[in-house]
Amino acid sequence: MTTRDTLLYLDGVTVTFDGFRALNALSLVLEQGEMRAVIGPNGAGKTTMMDVITGRTRPDTGRVVFGRDTDLTRLDEPAIAALGIGRKFQKPTVFEPHTVWDNLLLALAGDRRPRFTLWARQSAEERTRIEAILATIRLADHARRRAGDLSHGQKQWLEIGMLLAQEPQLLLVDEPVAGMTDAETEQTAELLREINRSRSVVVVEHDMAFVRALGVRVTVLHEGAVLSEGSIDHVSADPRVVEVYLGR
Amino acid sequence: MSGRATMVCLVLVLGGAAVMAALNLATPAASALHVPAYAVSLAGKYLCYAMLAVAVDLVWGFAGILSLGHAAFFALGGYAMGMYLMRQIGTRGVYGNAVLPDFMVFLNWKSLPWYWYGFDHPAFAVAMVLLVPGVLALVFGWLAFRSRVGGVYLSIITQALTYALLLAFFRNDMGFGGNNGLTDFKDMFSIPLHLDSTRDGLLLATAVLLAAELLVARHVVTSRFGKVLIAVRDSESRTRFLGYRPESYKLFVFVLSAVMAGVGGALYVPQVGIINPGEFAPANSIEAVIWVAVGGRGTLVGAVLGAVLVNLGKTFFTATLPDLWLFALGALFILVTLLLPGGLLGLGRRRPRAAPVTQAPEPAE
Repeated sequence: MTTRDTLLYLDGVTVTFDGFRALNALSLVLEQGEMRAVIGPNGAGKTTMMDVITGRTRPDTGRVVFGRDTDLTRLDEPAIAALGIGRKFQKPTVFEPHTVWDNLLLALAGDRRPRFTLWARQSAEERTRIEAILATIRLADHARRRAGDLSHGQKQWLEIGMLLAQEPQLLLVDEPVAGMTDAETEQTAELLREINRSRSVVVVEHDMAFVRALGVRVTVLHEGAVLSEGSIDHVSADPRVVEVYLGR
Repeated sequence: MSGRATMVCLVLVLGGAAVMAALNLATPAASALHVPAYAVSLAGKYLCYAMLAVAVDLVWGFAGILSLGHAAFFALGGYAMGMYLMRQIGTRGVYGNAVLPDFMVFLNWKSLPWYWYGFDHPAFAVAMVLLVPGVLALVFGWLAFRSRVGGVYLSIITQALTYALLLAFFRNDMGFGGNNGLTDFKDMFSIPLHLDSTRDGLLLATAVLLAAELLVARHVVTSRFGKVLIAVRDSESRTRFLGYRPESYKLFVFVLSAVMAGVGGALYVPQVGIINPGEFAPANSIEAVIWVAVGGRGTLVGAVLGAVLVNLGKTFFTATLPDLWLFALGALFILVTLLLPGGLLGLGRRRPRAAPVTQAPEPAE
């Protein structure tokens, strides 16, 4: 099943919490360079799926294969991050006491060991990379501000910038536009498409208008398994999806 | 924790110690300027407490590890130094035994326990001052941080750790002098301890080592390592997803802090002339946290300030109103927590919230 072009392959992943099946034999394939939107009602298992991919939760059964043959279920969070999987949380979590610049500096791909960071000096190359990211996320004028003083939307962008700084192959983005203004939402869609030119992206989102604006393949989760998959028009026409979202 | 505050603190600590020592040595006892020997030793004791406070601030203020057992590392460093001082007594003890300390003779022990070997060598003793607290912190921290024990659970375990050591050191069978601890010291590095000049020298040595500790701690917290540490303090799981291993960072800083506390304890013992299991009392560790809170958590300099001021207050209160001291300390902690979350240093540099006026007033989030 793992072909050359598959980046991420979830194979029959099951996670139970105290008897509740958060993921029920979930299988999902993500191609190299693909952007995928994942939608589903509350409790469908979207966040648990992210947790399994990033090593926060270990599945009871099933495999998660990254790239050719790396089984992610054997690794912990820092090891998975080092492989090139970045994650953005629903609530923006930037390091509030640090400046925008330092937030990006900490996120830059590089040696993470204490013996390096204890003596590390900021290199010219690091400066250039941070400046480039600041331009991308439109925070160049705010580089020296405390991250805690940024507006909600700016924090979301800074966090996306931090993900870019990590230079991941795969980006997992949890509800990036929650709490954003319409203009910010539009800019975020633009930003994600830009990122997708060089990296694969999985977006979990509630905002259907935003998902439609992204214009990518959509996976609908329900009760821990894939209910439907295809274009946004295809899944919104699927009677089972309509049932889950509107029925009951 | 600006560079200027650190400079001021270093100047005050080093200059203050130098002035006290000079006035003690150079002025006659009748002079109004004379600093009596007891005051020199008292100042030395405060600076030892300041070393403990800086160590606590390093882990609590910057890594979010609220250790309520840090006085254990201080006491272990003290015991290592005390064992060396005991061996220095030699035949001048009450029983005149060249090898066995008095309490061992008293307990009818025939030979020195193996773990007392080597403590007659100053270099070995100094190595133990660093190694014993360091290794304990390494083992304890490795177990705790690897299994992601944090917050209040970690605080409780550190209390249990120091309490367990308290009970162990109380036992005569442990071979550390039981209830009485180690005392009656005569010499240190072959210099008689009772001389004024020795006390002055110890005060100066404490001031220099405190200054060194502050500089090391400052390097750690202002380096990129320190930025990661603050990130771990505020959002540990986020740093994991960035690819950092918070447990390595916490372990490093915890061990460094324990070694610093141990050095403070080692300097404390010759200046107060005794080390006993009471130093392991859980309340001592909690007091150290109060010093840091009073001075200003996460500022390093505030830890020095808090340790000196609270202990000045303690010396004053326990002499004049001994019954009131614990109430005063408790009230102080409550007041600082409620009214001065940034401690005394927070008073001086309230963050200018209104400075970037380009922003609209922040809505309540």
